[in-house]
Amino acid sequence: MDIIKTKDLTFEYIRRDEDGNVEGITTAVDKVDLDIAKGSFVAILGHNGSGKSTLAKHINAILNPTEGTMWVDGMDTTDQDKIWDIRQTAGMVFQNPDNQIIGQVVEEDVGFGPENMGIPTREIWERVEESLRAVGMYEYRKYSPNKLSGGQKQRVSIAGVLAMHPKCIVLDEPTAMLDPSGRREVVRAVRALNQVEGVTIILITHYMEEIIYADRVFVMDSGKIAMEGTPREIFSQVERLKELRLDVPQVTLLAYELQKKGLRLPDGILTVEEFADALEKL
Amino acid sequence: MPIILDHVTYVYGEDTPLAVKALDDICLQIPDGQFVGIIGHTGSGKSTLIQHMNGLIKATSGHIYYNGEDIYDRDYDLKKLRSSVGLVFQYPEHQLFEIDVFTDVCFGPKNLGLDKKETQLRAFDALRKVGLPNELYYQSPFELSGGQKRRAAIAGVLAMKPQILILDEPTAGLDPRGRDDILRQIKKLQTETGMTILLVSHSMEDVAEYVDRIIVMNKGRVMYDDTPREVFSHYKELEEVGLAAPQMTYVLQELKKRGYRVDVHAATVGEAAETICRALGYGNA
Repeated sequence: MDIIKTKDLTFEYIRRDEDGNVEGITTAVDKVDLDIAKGSFVAILGHNGSGKSTLAKHINAILNPTEGTMWVDGMDTTDQDKIWDIRQTAGMVFQNPDNQIIGQVVEEDVGFGPENMGIPTREIWERVEESLRAVGMYEYRKYSPNKLSGGQKQRVSIAGVLAMHPKCIVLDEPTAMLDPSGRREVVRAVRALNQVEGVTIILITHYMEEIIYADRVFVMDSGKIAMEGTPREIFSQVERLKELRLDVPQVTLLAYELQKKGLRLPDGILTVEEFADALEKL
Repeated sequence: MPIILDHVTYVYGEDTPLAVKALDDICLQIPDGQFVGIIGHTGSGKSTLIQHMNGLIKATSGHIYYNGEDIYDRDYDLKKLRSSVGLVFQYPEHQLFEIDVFTDVCFGPKNLGLDKKETQLRAFDALRKVGLPNELYYQSPFELSGGQKRRAAIAGVLAMKPQILILDEPTAGLDPRGRDDILRQIKKLQTETGMTILLVSHSMEDVAEYVDRIIVMNKGRVMYDDTPREVFSHYKELEEVGLAAPQMTYVLQELKKRGYRVDVHAATVGEAAETICRALGYGNA
């Protein structure tokens, strides 16, 4: 069963001059057909301006398609009566944690979502506790968010979404502003949610090494899906990715460079261990 | 124009219960023409450090010498310092505001009191240096892509003709190609003009690829100050303070553990490929 499905999804921005006259139309998402299976971990790559974020904002009805349809768990996102169900099904986490945290205390912030949903107080506390435990932030529940590092704040943002019991979480460059350990923490938390809690994950990122464990990767270019496959299939195509202004993990690039020098290594090596194993087999 | 930091300490909220020592007895020398990387986890003092270098923050104690002069001297001209030490903040494109890119880049030199001709010459020069295509000069800065906006913002600082350029995470949020383009452009600037560059970054791979020297900040102190090869050989200590080494360091450490005679100090993909070929006795890499 697909949790996210789109058919011919198109989104156009209308550009206007200072007097409000139409100057032109930019097609940010162009006839995208997408199926994302429930419980999967999906990554979306693409250069700046390729349409990734615009596509992502359709998933919880921040944007509505100009043409075509987006279904979230079977609900059409243009259906105004379902909008709160849709937003509860698909939660979103953005790049800057400071723009997403509103509470004075961590647990209060995480409780904000379920509170707005009218959940009884006792259950709110249960949800807050389980969400904070799921992202490894329970010990910090009494802290002020100001005292946390970037990675910790971002995990609190994720817990805030998780407390609304979504089936799917969309993360739009959640690690762009974080230091290496913050990135590691967030990626680890996201993978755990996917594997342990079975939450569908859609991760948008510019860091190639974060997505080597994804089930499927979509690469976007000028509003269209330009490539689709497993991380290994995608990262086997080094030149194609470079054309699309992207990259591969460094170890994949190393294997590629050595192949060019004549070493017979397999395509699409993704981890340090794989690389060392392949080298030993030569 | 070298910068010397002599026992610089900075305390936020001094004499309050919330006092935090952000910099703790920092001694550094930045000679001319170096490309220096500054790394450290969030809150390690990197941003506080660079804001001292052009006098935006005044040290609680200690001295800073720019070109041999103490910048805290009563009659020292801080305005001059700020035009020689250019600071590009994080997400500098948020500071773009003029009606077109060219006018925006002119803003800095105009405020230095330069005449119109000199201002425009400098703006053209700066835009050329960041590699922004001509046809974008008269567009609204808000119509540019992420990478282009960022370059326009960097041009705005370059137009002040700084001797030293400090960039706080200039590639955050850019796609891989945008990242490479900007860093290559900065490297070119350094080699062609001999400008000193200080680059604050969270990407160990980028730092390994481009800089001559790395300063590692931790808890307001300098933890390491050395070449990338040396600094990244302390990868375990770096992990303990929330950092990491480039992936190549891990590859080479793993190969060494498995008995390959590789140079574990290689930090870039090119260097790693070379040492692996040599260890395998393969070709003349």
